[in-house]
Amino acid sequence: MSYRATLLELGTPVEAHRPWPRVVVDREVWWRAALEVAQGHATLLALWSDGREVHMAVLDEAAGEVSIASLACTNGRFPSVGRTHPPAVRFERAIVDLYGLIAEDATDTRPWPDHGRWGVRHPLGAAQACAAEGLPYTFLPAEGPPLHQIPVGPVHAGIIEPGHFRFHANGETVVRLEERLGYVHKGIEGLMRGAPLARAVQLAGRVSGDSTVAIALAFARAVEAAAGVEAPPRAQILRAVMAELERVANHLGDFGAICNDASFSLIHAHCGALREQVLRCSNAAFGHRLMMDRVVPGGVARDLGEAGAANIRALIAYIRQHLPELVRIYDRTASLQDRTVTTGILKPDLARQYGAGGYVGRASGRAFDTRRDVVYPPYDMLRFDVPARTAGDVDARVWIRIEEITQSLSIIEQCLEKLPEGAIAISVESAIADAAGKEATMLVEGFRGDVLAWVRLGAGGTIANAYIRDPSWLQWPLLEAAIEGNIVADFPICNKSFNCSYSGHDL
Amino acid sequence: MRRLLIEGLLKTPLTEARPGDDDAMLAELAERLQKSARRVLGHSLSIRQVDAGSCNACELEIHALSNVYYDLERFGLRFVASPRHADVLLVTGPVTKNMREALERTYNATPNPKWVVAAGDCACGSGFFGGYANIGSVEAVVPVDLHIRGCPPTPTALLQGLVALMERAAAAT
Repeated sequence: MSYRATLLELGTPVEAHRPWPRVVVDREVWWRAALEVAQGHATLLALWSDGREVHMAVLDEAAGEVSIASLACTNGRFPSVGRTHPPAVRFERAIVDLYGLIAEDATDTRPWPDHGRWGVRHPLGAAQACAAEGLPYTFLPAEGPPLHQIPVGPVHAGIIEPGHFRFHANGETVVRLEERLGYVHKGIEGLMRGAPLARAVQLAGRVSGDSTVAIALAFARAVEAAAGVEAPPRAQILRAVMAELERVANHLGDFGAICNDASFSLIHAHCGALREQVLRCSNAAFGHRLMMDRVVPGGVARDLGEAGAANIRALIAYIRQHLPELVRIYDRTASLQDRTVTTGILKPDLARQYGAGGYVGRASGRAFDTRRDVVYPPYDMLRFDVPARTAGDVDARVWIRIEEITQSLSIIEQCLEKLPEGAIAISVESAIADAAGKEATMLVEGFRGDVLAWVRLGAGGTIANAYIRDPSWLQWPLLEAAIEGNIVADFPICNKSFNCSYSGHDL
Repeated sequence: MRRLLIEGLLKTPLTEARPGDDDAMLAELAERLQKSARRVLGHSLSIRQVDAGSCNACELEIHALSNVYYDLERFGLRFVASPRHADVLLVTGPVTKNMREALERTYNATPNPKWVVAAGDCACGSGFFGGYANIGSVEAVVPVDLHIRGCPPTPTALLQGLVALMERAAAAT
């Protein structure tokens, strides 16, 4: 029996939730679901709370099915999932900090987003005022001589988001890396509560700026599913054009930046020029370089004109003409390959256990792609491959990006060919106003991997609750594993090859 | 590689002329610099970027300043790794409470004379983020000399602001 079938048999499905079942379960079934995930029979997608219940979204990869188990937190407690399934640990620490719920038998009870600076504890639960002097934080130990610690951040040496990295090193070799994140926690879950739809859409578009299209799309699709409406066909195609332009821009930037971290600035300079052309083309086509606020519930905010489409076609031709030369240089420069091949290896077992999405998972043998495996329009009518490799090193993550750029260019071309005439949006206000209490969960493929959005609609066209899980949640912990045994000097190139979002994670 | 070299010989550079001035930013600078005539050494500025809670869109556009189209360094502006080497702090984000101390310490580590530029609507106090986790603007934490608005500000807007800052700061000495 599939995970979903078992869940449905043992729990009570929530009528208001779409399109996949959300099933209210008791403690024992919750515990069994956690064991299923821990044993690798299903993949944990996200674990979050709304204050009253905890929700565990799980993917059954064989069946391509998503299901959500929900447990009412009687007396403010729930059995820890992280106790048997480490990928859940940081989710639980965030739930504890924000809502004041207790994860029973949790193995790691240190705070996560709460650095003791808010002046309030459990801001989304029974909030209590407290001092804002900062909480002490104990990093995990590493033992044995002659280890030394290297603290890095939160303010880093480059133009990078803030986070703290604590290295334990034996000479040059990293024995343990531990991340401390949360510095850019903006309280988006709290700001979403009761927000009017328009404000909530803007917030979703600013969870992680580099994925603004993907996250806005996940959020818009969730709102539409909850309200029982669909964006018109032209909007569906335009959304894919934007999503793929975003993917191409980010992959070009990363390809260059990874080479730059190996002091190979030639590719960086050329990729920087290509990326700039993508952003200018996006601006000309959709009116914003990053296409922020262009995907909205009901459709898209801006139509694509003839000139814009011609621009995009010219851009595709230009990239196809110029990228192969850069790829050849990457492939034939031994000093560059020396830095990327066998560096920062992520083992396939770990990628599978953590359900790593995007290039992180695909470079380590987990060829999951929402666009193909939990398909949503318009990808059901497009042809594309999902590249996968097994080496799991920096080099493999570079190649996945290169191969995905090629696929995305083809997808955009197909979209332009299939672009139907018609409206670019429908009005959703009345449908949303009529759908108070309705909910939906959606998955969308961003450039980093699968983005999950859960929405519960409120009264009068507002959002009651929303949760957004950036792919970085499940990739950050893997960076700690990938760097082990590498030299400290290779951390930047490993970090860039993962390119996790701090803002998307800190929320 | 050979093809790239030949193209380099035959094609014109991608780098574009400097953008025109933005009047609002010039006015703000004139006022700030009158109030405090601080000296700069030479006609170049070193910039330390601090993300104080941005969604990373501002960082993407700040990164773009270094691409060949904008080529920030030709104006004598460059990014440095340490606040000890910086003349300018370029701060983004609404200043999350978790980043407040780091921003203050970075400011204090920057030697005088120094300037602070708030880049992006969040940093300028007109962004989306209030609530328990955010202070809401850079100005509420450290004094700001120039605001560059936008969500995110375009590289052109960033360039206008930074070049104007450098020229006016030098002229004020």
